[in-house]
Amino acid sequence: MQQTNRLRPFFENLEFEREDNHMVINFGPQHPSAHGQLRLILELDGEQVVRAVPDIGYLHRGMEKMAENMIYNEFLPTTDRTDYIAATANNYGFAHAVEKLIGLEVPRRAQVIRTMLLELNRIISHLFWLATHALDVGAMSVFLYCFREREFAMDLMEDYCGARLTHSAVRIGGVPLDLPEGWLGALAKFVNELPGNIKDYEDLLTENRIWRMRLEGVGVVPPEMAKSWGCTGIMLRGSGIEYDIRKEEPYELYDELEFDIPVTDTCDSYGRYKLYMEEMRQSVRIIQQLIGMYDDTPPELMAHAPQYISAPKEDIMTQNYSLMQHFVLVTQGMRPPVGEVYVPTESPKGELGFYINSQGEPYPYRLKMRAPSFWHCGILQDLLPGTYIADIVTIIGSTNIVFGEIDR
Amino acid sequence: MMRPYTPKDNVQAKAYYTDRFWVAPRVPEEPVPEEGVYAEDLAAVKAKHKVLKAYIQRGQLVIYINPEENLEVLRVLKEERWYEMLSEMSAVDFLAERGGFEVFYQILNLNTAKRIRVKCFVEENQAVESVNPLYRSADWAEREMWDLLGVKVNNHPYPKRLIMPDDWEGHPLRKTYPLEGDEFAQWYEVDKIFGKEARDIIGPENRDPARIDRYDTERFARLGHEVPRGAPAEEAMKAEETPIQYQEEEGVFMIEKLSEERSKVLDRRK
Amino acid sequence: MAQHQVNYTQSGGLPVALTTVDKILNWGRSNSIWALTYGLACCAIEMMASGASRYDFDRFGTIFRASPRQADVMIVAGTLTKKHAEFIRRLYDQMTEPKWVISMGSCANTGGMFNTYATVQGCDRVIPVDLYLPGCAPRPETLQYAVMLLQQKIRRESANKSQKPKRLV
Repeated sequence: MQQTNRLRPFFENLEFEREDNHMVINFGPQHPSAHGQLRLILELDGEQVVRAVPDIGYLHRGMEKMAENMIYNEFLPTTDRTDYIAATANNYGFAHAVEKLIGLEVPRRAQVIRTMLLELNRIISHLFWLATHALDVGAMSVFLYCFREREFAMDLMEDYCGARLTHSAVRIGGVPLDLPEGWLGALAKFVNELPGNIKDYEDLLTENRIWRMRLEGVGVVPPEMAKSWGCTGIMLRGSGIEYDIRKEEPYELYDELEFDIPVTDTCDSYGRYKLYMEEMRQSVRIIQQLIGMYDDTPPELMAHAPQYISAPKEDIMTQNYSLMQHFVLVTQGMRPPVGEVYVPTESPKGELGFYINSQGEPYPYRLKMRAPSFWHCGILQDLLPGTYIADIVTIIGSTNIVFGEIDR
Repeated sequence: MMRPYTPKDNVQAKAYYTDRFWVAPRVPEEPVPEEGVYAEDLAAVKAKHKVLKAYIQRGQLVIYINPEENLEVLRVLKEERWYEMLSEMSAVDFLAERGGFEVFYQILNLNTAKRIRVKCFVEENQAVESVNPLYRSADWAEREMWDLLGVKVNNHPYPKRLIMPDDWEGHPLRKTYPLEGDEFAQWYEVDKIFGKEARDIIGPENRDPARIDRYDTERFARLGHEVPRGAPAEEAMKAEETPIQYQEEEGVFMIEKLSEERSKVLDRRK
Repeated sequence: MAQHQVNYTQSGGLPVALTTVDKILNWGRSNSIWALTYGLACCAIEMMASGASRYDFDRFGTIFRASPRQADVMIVAGTLTKKHAEFIRRLYDQMTEPKWVISMGSCANTGGMFNTYATVQGCDRVIPVDLYLPGCAPRPETLQYAVMLLQQKIRRESANKSQKPKRLV
């Protein structure tokens, strides 16, 4: 006999015969709108939402606690799984924070490669956003077209680091691998075709009556609310505030590259949609500049700091002291200085920050990830009341939340 | 024979070897320069409240204050100095060393792109005032801080657990909480779904990634020569190897059979 | 893994003699496996990619259905956390017979790299699983191969398999 379980069926909306006639609906942790495990408890008056309580934590895997038990290099692949759509952005955020804590300088070729990977991940993430947002709103063929583009980009990532989704392509101190033969050619080809394809998607959606009706005026985030809730990235730029960490607090090579920051002040989902499309074009522009910069760089890939970073593989395999140092760094772990640091970077979703408090041990004493989607999900609490049920899906899609980040 | 005493106030993983004479370097903490945006910010705070320490670390100003004044200090910084965004807020567990938590607020000025970290030290049962009236983002950040660390917050609009389930016991990010969870955590899903009686049927979790079973030789020695479970294995061991079989040999009615010859293998990606 | 108290040779592990009715029913069931969208974490992205343009899922007759009452197979893709364990059991119970479960990725198989307090060490602690896919995240080709293996398994079984207990839990 099958073991019976203790779960009783429960009906949360059977109380809709109360005086104020509000229905309570559970928008449960599993639903097809492809965003992960969001549970919204909605109180509805007819079709309009009166109160919305987001319930998160269904993907909490204890990453911050894992960080306290792992050495810095060992934790890097775990950061892949937070924002699993653009994994290199998280790896880079963590590596950059540790490098700032130690005070390392990364060699130029590694900076070029890292910036290229970051922009490629931005394109991957925005294509995924467009695919799922369009799928939720109803334009299902855009999902298939965007995934086709994304497959080419993931092929590039796979050629470089071996994995399609969970890259770990960046190490503390640089990158471990140089670009393979022909990678730059393939990247140039992908990036040259992309603006044409983006134009195709825009032709399908931008002037489409249904798209405009569903997105204009929906999910209006006034600038004060955006600032108060800690929204960053496109949520902030969609409300008219021009703040992009790549321009204001530049890292890597962003202060040498030319690109624009699209800003709009319509504050609604349609404005944000246009910003995403424009950002993809700007990423294309950045990558084209970087492809030209690669050949002038000296060939070192990892920073030279023997106390913290291992030597390159050729040295480890041939020189004795490099091998000994590498052994100690891998088994015991490197010990950064005592202190704390908070480093923000601009991930495709917003401001991804890492707060690391180190007490000189090989394990971080406290690591907190500032995930942009955490607050973009919190804002749903204030944003959803007054909207209709059909708009809920649009708003959730427009905020571009990913649950690996929210729950960590 | 008594087992060696391991102190339980920090059960996280520790470095196996520590050099007795190792002195760890510190991240440099520079004094605040006389002029500049940070000097004005610090002066604005000092005018009204007591600042225990202030320094610049890796380009960001760090201000150390008393926990009772946190709302007022942040109000000064927000309204007079335009630090309009609370990027992040959390606490660090120093219960073993100092008997409390170090709460930090990371704020950002959008006009000048400068960041300040405001820190304060609270005792274990002392509560901080909620900064929700100033920054709405503190709503969720404080809930998470209470949930995972147990730092109490006063005047919070909705003080409930955010990330762990509502009936969870314990505060997971404390140093005294083991990574793999205490007894409540390890049996949580079994107790919830099947009840305590099913603990013996389902068995404890396997937390050891390197566990080897005596049946592994039987079960995993046959990669490439698989047979259905329970069936005798002799004929499979005699064959050269059992190839990967996408469909049954005779094919399925109306479904096209994959054949190696007719499929096109790309030699180059398009 | 959950400890079993069921003898497999008696209860559906071996190929049994199938009647024509069995064969027809199994042919129908195996060629239109409708999957419940159970994407939890990163493996969900690979599951979506395997349903998208390059690795099309529809050629197996598989469509992603959101409602458990309309789905045959539940592909658990991603980490199962303790907060979510109750819901996955509810959804599994709401699925109508015959139903199968594919556990995709290391997190669903055994808890994966997350050896922590909040992760269920394998979704087979709460639901019975038919197929395990290794990988982190498994490539879409792996998921397609899993669907083909599941099709073979369905064709081998007797059609009224709901009578036989598969596992205790």
